[in-house]
Amino acid sequence: MDKWEDNKAWFLVVPVFLIVAFSAIIPLMTVVNYSIQDILAPGKGVFVGVEWFREILSDSRLHGALIRQIIYTFSILAIEIPLGIMIALLMPARGFSSSISLVIVAIPLLIPWNVVGTIFQIFGRGDIGLGGAFLHKIGIDYNYASDSVDAWLTVLTMDVWHWTPLVVLLCFAGLRAIPDAYYQAAKIDGASKWAVFRFIQLPKLKGVLIIAVLLRFMDSFMIYTEPFVLSGGGPGNATTFLSQYLAQLAIGQFDLGPAAAFSLIYFLIILLFCFIFYTFMQNAEKENG
Amino acid sequence: MRTKKQSFLLILYFILLMLPIYWLINMSLKTNIEINGSLTLFPDNFTFANYIKIFTDASWYTGYLNSIKYVVINTLISLSVALPAAYAFSRYKFLGDKHLFFWLLTNRMSPPAVFLLPFFQLYQTVGLFDTHVGVALAHCLFNVPLSVWILEGFMSGIPKEIDETAFIDGYSFPKFFISIFIPLIRAGIGVTAFFCFMFSWVELLLARTLTTVNAKPISAIMTRTVSASGMDWGLLAAAGVLTIIPGIIVIWFVRNHMAKGFALGRV
Amino acid sequence: MSMEWMAWTPVTACFFIFIILMLIGMTVWHQISPTFESKGFLPMKTTRGDRLFIGLLGSAYIYLIWIIITEASLWFVMPIALLYIFIVMKFG
Repeated sequence: MDKWEDNKAWFLVVPVFLIVAFSAIIPLMTVVNYSIQDILAPGKGVFVGVEWFREILSDSRLHGALIRQIIYTFSILAIEIPLGIMIALLMPARGFSSSISLVIVAIPLLIPWNVVGTIFQIFGRGDIGLGGAFLHKIGIDYNYASDSVDAWLTVLTMDVWHWTPLVVLLCFAGLRAIPDAYYQAAKIDGASKWAVFRFIQLPKLKGVLIIAVLLRFMDSFMIYTEPFVLSGGGPGNATTFLSQYLAQLAIGQFDLGPAAAFSLIYFLIILLFCFIFYTFMQNAEKENG
Repeated sequence: MRTKKQSFLLILYFILLMLPIYWLINMSLKTNIEINGSLTLFPDNFTFANYIKIFTDASWYTGYLNSIKYVVINTLISLSVALPAAYAFSRYKFLGDKHLFFWLLTNRMSPPAVFLLPFFQLYQTVGLFDTHVGVALAHCLFNVPLSVWILEGFMSGIPKEIDETAFIDGYSFPKFFISIFIPLIRAGIGVTAFFCFMFSWVELLLARTLTTVNAKPISAIMTRTVSASGMDWGLLAAAGVLTIIPGIIVIWFVRNHMAKGFALGRV
Repeated sequence: MSMEWMAWTPVTACFFIFIILMLIGMTVWHQISPTFESKGFLPMKTTRGDRLFIGLLGSAYIYLIWIIITEASLWFVMPIALLYIFIVMKFG
């Protein structure tokens, strides 16, 4: 579709620009200002150059949080994307059962994030939770509040439970867009199930999978609420991811300078990945016409 | 095409999916004595006491009212500014359009924690700290970009010829937009409103930081209960169940557009 | 309405003024000679604005890496960053 060329369209965009700029650009400018000063009191800052950046970049707790974040993000992608595709393939394609399946799958997505934390906080407890009690019964000593591996696995399970449905929904929408004629042609050719998946379904899923990876990548990179509710980032700092650590610095300890430097580095990482994904998305859209 | 094995696996997945939610509901209908006493799959002493407490105790139900207030304000603001902008992005080429569109995406993707630091002072300066409008405005940070992206996706599905015909027929832009275009994308508007509602409803970090008393959301009240000693699990579970309900009510109506909404309108 | 909490310094003020001037400059440049998508050594087609963004983002990363590997002054890395921006703008 060829678009009209007219710079007057800017007038339609101005309200959006102003309202987002208020909450995005003013704070971002302030963060830049904070990042190069030692703020002793409001209005009393001492210029320190890139000292905070140097401090933050060599902060071992930040390295820990970053490594945990990366491992976590790639683990959930490695689990959720294949699992989501598999379940989408199992879903009935039409009729009432299809609608019901869609609704059931979507329910976890609609639960407030802090309640997801609460649900697993209760579910995973050995004394009052079904999941925790079950694990104890079969002889696994599981306790997310004191064992860091258990806490880590709980957060992972929570994310898989919560967000695999998103991948399912997207893939399901992608699969439904494939015309029946494709399947019939494959049937005539006697194609195996795997061949149908590999050469018909997977290529058509490319577009939605890019979006699924983008959303899961970005959202898991800013995960805050769920581990916060479950165990406050603990035990120790086993589930302290980037946002958690930043919030600790900023509103816990009020270390304005380091927190600001951290915010900027965090923002640069997000900006880079956002740009890469955006470019991919645009290319995929162009290919599809 | 479908085999028994497929259906079996799917149902197994659904059971695993529903189990934690079932447990939450189960807990919310028990007394605390039963919760701490033994593990029961169904409440022995079926009770609504936890729900009644939430509906009668002001410190609980004001949390819900606060959340609902700022979520509604946010949805209204987001929709009203995003509709014209999405139209501009879907119909026009203008200076910097792609960069602006990308900038909006970065705001949806940035962790709220990044902007959190000066939020406190910013909202205090403009006098919006601890107000519903304040939280609503802060949530615009990610909900406005989200709305623009989703609405743009829906609008791009409508042929431009409709606009052209209307303008030839002598419609002014506002009249065309309100009487022809908006009815055409009402599904998209519904879905967008739904997603603004959801994402504002589930956000915790900004809402918690920007409020103290008057606009304190239910999510913050719930975390406070969590950190207190001697936890009231039944009450917490009931509060959790009540926050799920708004989503469940509307889910059936948006089921066919959900994927498009989650995918920022790109499916 | 006091804006003191924003803690402006001359350095950051210059930085943002520079960015705004650059945006204005790009707009003017676009009016004088419009830019079109073209393919350089980067894997996708880019306009002048895209290349500027890639250049600036990349140079931010160059600065960060410099801070990690050495204590030396940031002035030394400036030529490298500028050269990088120039290469991306010219051949990207």
